[in-house]
Amino acid sequence: MIGVAVFAATLLWLRGDFRVLERYKYVFGVTALFLLFLPLAPGIGETVNGSRLWIHFAGLQFQPGELGKIALIVFLAAYLREKREVLAQGRLKDWGPLLAIWGGAMLVLVATDDLGSALLYYGIFLALLYVATARAAFVAAALALFVAGSVLVTYLVSHVHERVTDWLSPWSSHPVFCPLTGHMAYRQDCQSYQLVQSLYSIAHGGFGGTGLGHGIVTTAAGGPVVPDLNTDFIYSALAQELGLIGAAALLLLYMAFVLRGFRIALSASDGFSKLLAAGLSFGFAFQTFVIVGGITRVIPLTGITLPFVSYGGSSILSNFLLVAGLLLVSHRANREKAA
Amino acid sequence: MNRQLLRLSVLSMVLLAVLIGATTYWQSWAGADLANRQDNAVEAVAQLQIHRGRILASNGQVLAWSTPHRKKGLTIYSRHYPTNGLFSQIVGYATSGDNQVGLEQSYDDYLTGANTNLSNVLQSTLDRLGGETVHGDDVYLTVKPALQALALHDLAGRCGAVVAMNPKTGAIYAMASSPTYNQNLIEQPSGFGKIKHVKGSCGDASALVDNATAGLYPPGSTFKLVTASAALDTGIYKPTSPFYDPGYCIDYGKPVYNASAPDSPGGHEAYGNVDLSEALEHSINAVFCKVGEHIGAARILEYAKRYGFYAPPPLDLPPDESQASGLYNHGKLWYPKDPDTQVDSGRLAFGQERMLVTPLQMALVASTIADGGAEPKPYLVQKIVAHDGSTVAKTSPQVLGHPIKPSTAAELNQMMQLVVQGGTGTNAQIPGVEVAGKTGTAEIGLGDVYDAWFVCFAPANHPKIAVAVAVEKQPNGFGGSVAAPIAKDILEKLLGG
Repeated sequence: MIGVAVFAATLLWLRGDFRVLERYKYVFGVTALFLLFLPLAPGIGETVNGSRLWIHFAGLQFQPGELGKIALIVFLAAYLREKREVLAQGRLKDWGPLLAIWGGAMLVLVATDDLGSALLYYGIFLALLYVATARAAFVAAALALFVAGSVLVTYLVSHVHERVTDWLSPWSSHPVFCPLTGHMAYRQDCQSYQLVQSLYSIAHGGFGGTGLGHGIVTTAAGGPVVPDLNTDFIYSALAQELGLIGAAALLLLYMAFVLRGFRIALSASDGFSKLLAAGLSFGFAFQTFVIVGGITRVIPLTGITLPFVSYGGSSILSNFLLVAGLLLVSHRANREKAA
Repeated sequence: MNRQLLRLSVLSMVLLAVLIGATTYWQSWAGADLANRQDNAVEAVAQLQIHRGRILASNGQVLAWSTPHRKKGLTIYSRHYPTNGLFSQIVGYATSGDNQVGLEQSYDDYLTGANTNLSNVLQSTLDRLGGETVHGDDVYLTVKPALQALALHDLAGRCGAVVAMNPKTGAIYAMASSPTYNQNLIEQPSGFGKIKHVKGSCGDASALVDNATAGLYPPGSTFKLVTASAALDTGIYKPTSPFYDPGYCIDYGKPVYNASAPDSPGGHEAYGNVDLSEALEHSINAVFCKVGEHIGAARILEYAKRYGFYAPPPLDLPPDESQASGLYNHGKLWYPKDPDTQVDSGRLAFGQERMLVTPLQMALVASTIADGGAEPKPYLVQKIVAHDGSTVAKTSPQVLGHPIKPSTAAELNQMMQLVVQGGTGTNAQIPGVEVAGKTGTAEIGLGDVYDAWFVCFAPANHPKIAVAVAVEKQPNGFGGSVAAPIAKDILEKLLGG
């Protein structure tokens, strides 16, 4: 409900020319950084699943990174539109902002223990950098930097290291130390319990699924089979109840949506519009990849939400904003064509 | 900028397509492996939501069934065993923790409806989509509860087993193992501890072990049937071959005596001039010792192998619940490379040495002789019936092989009738019915404490039932006095009813 209201309000507010946003790009940049680091603030920040992503404010639970993502895309679109020629020349001093953002992503990763968000922001940044400068070498260098940083962080930060171990070998053949209980336990009964049970949940769906509402979400003892099913692991519940047909249909729907977004970017006439639409579309696709890839063991598991499907106010809100942005760009492109 | 945009959109499509691929992998190729993992909490609940099929006796009596109840918004089924331990070792148990034993394990796929043909798969998929309960198939056994109850009653808490079967088809009528336990205890708190307290007269026996298929006992003189099979089938001896019995046999330079004579304390039976048939009738060790030394351990073991020794009997129980009969060396099944030098042929011939057998194996030996030399494949499951009443599978009798010639079987049949008419097995006589049998009283190194055996079939001319009885550690208990009366009860019950 709030999502739809914000969606409508955004459309109304920016119906004239959304490009006014470009003027306030630094406001968005600062807002994005503020939102990313907000969970770290003492008193309102909260650690869920080892990651400090949530804030508690006035009785509401909120994941500010979700809105930070939109703000970041607006900022990047505006900033890169302005600096693309300068950046494309590839002078050393222009690497400054790039390194700053790389540092920021790493800082987010270390400070919030959240590989997923860092990956998401940095991925969006790289994608837009490439679109703006057409310099694949930049992207390659930046990617190498990220991988190097990630490897370093993996070794230095135990939480990230654990996620990677859980990803590579979720089943252990002998008991290992379980940090949750302090005892020895099989990894599938402790650290990777969530991931493994979620895989079981997906596998149980088979081709046709169990049917909506007939999925197995509680154990015989009455506890949840997969903790955090409604947020991080919504995809495993969905894949169980709708089966391969349903899960593939959802992903195909996402593909159609993303393609639609890129079409809007292609048809837009100015750089800011193109970058904004591309950032929003790619962000959507990449976020889906990071979370569903984590659940299906394509990449290490990270705690971000599945667009539109996960239960959670901040996620729905930010996704309605994303659609609003795409609609605005599309609307303008059509108007220009007509004119 | 548009070229970069196109490339980025292709990358986005690839990323999403990878996810479809990964999901497909988990839901199809990896699915079966994941479903079989012990720590799979989803599958554990899925199993409980299946209306597991019943297990029924041949007369329709229910031996295992499931009832639904609501728990935390789920309909789950729990398993019940209403016969108070009558068929525990055969039926086994299935726990809510997805553990199965016995037929509950070997027929799990049918009982959970997982093992069905194409039309059933379609139906169960539709059921699942519609949220309908999946119904497993009912498994009908060949066993007769009245016969089984009689066998357990006669064993009376002593350790041992009774196997009764159709010698033509191999259908098992009764397969009682004592001591037994109540399967409903398994799911109770400290249920296994309670079952451990169940003890038979022999003390250390576990009620969870099926003595009929996995209990290994020295066969004693019942093994003379195998020795005689080798002696007659090879043509080396005839039933009328003459022997002189001095009351003992010199084996490795030492005298091996016959059983002690009842009327002369300290002395031993000595029969003087006898033939092979009379030697079996009175179970004369000295004669079989000579036969064994003459034909050699290699031939005897060869015939044992023909009867199915050295391989677990092909029954429909899980493989780890059956043991192979044969020579055992340091607790391991042992087939000597050169039997004639490594094995004491004389003592092997009357079933001592290191020979250990299961009651089921001896029932198969009796069935083979009864069936004119053809050994039937034993089976417990008669048919499998789906929830809608259609028959999913039906067992048709099979022949395992022909260990001996029909003429040898006929000769042994005659000789075994003499055992019951006037030999060691007179306690198995039934008025008006010719019974063919063989006693066994196996020394187990405990002085006057013996394992008592009786194997038999009846009526001798048209056998309808073959029985093997083994009772462990009986003080002064002989095959003829302890085991033969139990076998007689079983024969009478089946032939009379």
